Amino acid sequence: MHEHAHKSDTPAITLTVNGAAVSVAPGTTVAAAILISGSPTRISVTGKPRAPLCGMGICFECRASINGFAHRRSCQILCESGMDVRTL
Amino acid sequence: MNEHFHVLVIGAGPAGISAAVRAAESGGHVGLLDDNPAAGGQIWRKGASLPKTARMWLARLNAASVERLHGWHVFGSPTSGVLFAERTGLASPAAEQADFIELNYDKLILATGARERFLPFPGWTLPNVMGAGGLDAMVRGGLRIKGKRIVVAGTGPLLLAVAAHLAHRGTQILAICEQAPLSRLRPFAMRLLTQPGKVAQGIGLRIATRGTHFYTGCWPVAATGRGRLESVTLQRRGKQWELPCDYLACGYHLVPNLELPRLLGCGIHEGFVTTDKWQQTSIPGVLCAGEPTGIGGVELAIVEGQIAGLAATGRVEKADDLIQKRTRGQRFVRALREAFELDPRLRALPSAETLVCRCEDVPFGVLRDYTSARDAKLHTRCGMGACQGRICGAATEFVFGWAMDSMRPPILPASLSTLAATGVGGAHDPSNTTSNQNRRDTL
Ligand SMILES: Cc1cc2nc3c(=O)[nH]c(=O)nc-3n(C[C@H](O)[C@H](O)[C@H](O)COP(=O)(O)OP(=O)(O)OC[C@H]3O[C@@H](n4cnc5c(N)ncnc54)[C@H](O)[C@@H]3O)c2cc1C
Ligand code: FES
Repeated sequence: MHEHAHKSDTPAITLTVNGAAVSVAPGTTVAAAILISGSPTRISVTGKPRAPLCGMGICFECRASINGFAHRRSCQILCESGMDVRTL
Repeated sequence: MNEHFHVLVIGAGPAGISAAVRAAESGGHVGLLDDNPAAGGQIWRKGASLPKTARMWLARLNAASVERLHGWHVFGSPTSGVLFAERTGLASPAAEQADFIELNYDKLILATGARERFLPFPGWTLPNVMGAGGLDAMVRGGLRIKGKRIVVAGTGPLLLAVAAHLAHRGTQILAICEQAPLSRLRPFAMRLLTQPGKVAQGIGLRIATRGTHFYTGCWPVAATGRGRLESVTLQRRGKQWELPCDYLACGYHLVPNLELPRLLGCGIHEGFVTTDKWQQTSIPGVLCAGEPTGIGGVELAIVEGQIAGLAATGRVEKADDLIQKRTRGQRFVRALREAFELDPRLRALPSAETLVCRCEDVPFGVLRDYTSARDAKLHTRCGMGACQGRICGAATEFVFGWAMDSMRPPILPASLSTLAATGVGGAHDPSNTTSNQNRRDTL
């Protein structure tokens, strides 16, 4: 799923979420990029989709694998060009 | 890495920033550590048009001689005077073994802030049901919500601030649901009149949210949707109605982040860190400022932070007018607490199937047979997941009256390599998170 950064005057950052390219404005958190991609951030232990709750590093619902680092709280990490984000 | 600070401040919100700035005036080596990528805490986040006070303090911080450590969280304290911190961001894979730092200090200022309280109700685990501050933080972090339909609910002054900000971002705020009854909000509004700054803020908010339904004594009883939120059921005076929407922003005021004060053994009374006139806790050399001493908002946080920064560097004589301001701020703390006290009927929101522990998916029906957080933890894993009871702890405290379980190191799940390198956390402790980490790593 492709999405484009809403401000055309700021250069967009492009990263991939589960292999699909997503373009976001600089300063966007990885958690926001995952939601923009349309994916949940994780599947719970009983198989339910989850997405960010607290937005501030407390709930751990947003954890994802980023550039191979597992279980990172994506709401506390900013997007960088070429980042490889995996949610499942 | 191993570093020594005359004054080390944990938390770079308004309290921590003002503490570090005032402490640095003394010329000592001052450190400011926070787990976010930038300074500002919960309120002065990037992506917000910052108020004048915020710009002023951030400029003072930039000009001050303060060593800034962003993207680190403190997770342990092996002995007094020493803290361990682990990186929250990303490091190069090769450097992962050395991804923690040891921090030594003469004086420590805890400015760890607060988080939202979440209460379980059917459907609260659906994607797009977030905290009120939570959705706000996500939007400041780049989430696109223009044109979306939003219900803001829960309790506390944060609801109005969030609604105003989201409305400004081009969303449709369908309703603001405040659980407190109007009768309790009136005296609160009266007290606001004695606080000129806050009145201006309040009026600004009313204008920004014009045309939105503002209900008091009202709360969501269910959220439904396939795979994500599609509609919310609201309840007021025994009547229920359904409102289709894209996001529910729901938070029941704030609870302090006490993990670190608890870990260090600081005295806590009625849920807040006890401090003396100079923000000194019960542990010598450890001071505390901001929300952990009482939920009082940004102005009080700045006042307490400054007092702590001055006191930690032996310059209490400069704090006289600040002490007076603090007394006024503390009146506001009490007013907040009374106005937004939770309605006991909110305890009945979860059904038997409603998950209370989101990390381990433990439902209300299973938990209600237990008598304490500890008991429930040992038998059901409630509170043993990744968040270590940060979310369900505040909920079970309100719903069941369970006291929050005491903290054991590490206070956040540190990576296995960090734990091995630091030796924090006993291997035989059943509530130790090392085993959790093992489990999660194999999921
Ligand atoms: C999600 C949220 C949104 C809010 N939005 C608003 C708003 O729009 N308007 C408003 O008036 N008020 C808002 N508030 C209330 C406001 O945040 C507080 O009044 C104010 O920020 C208090 O300042 P503080 O310095 O005490 O704490 P905070 O601003 O919370 O700062 C504490 C900092 O410490 C960090 N920290 C905690 N523990 C550790 C650790 N172990 N290691 C490293 N770092 C740590 C935290 O990540 C945080 O950055 C919000 C609160 C929350 C929780
Ligand atoms: S959204 Fe809660 S930790 Fe990231």
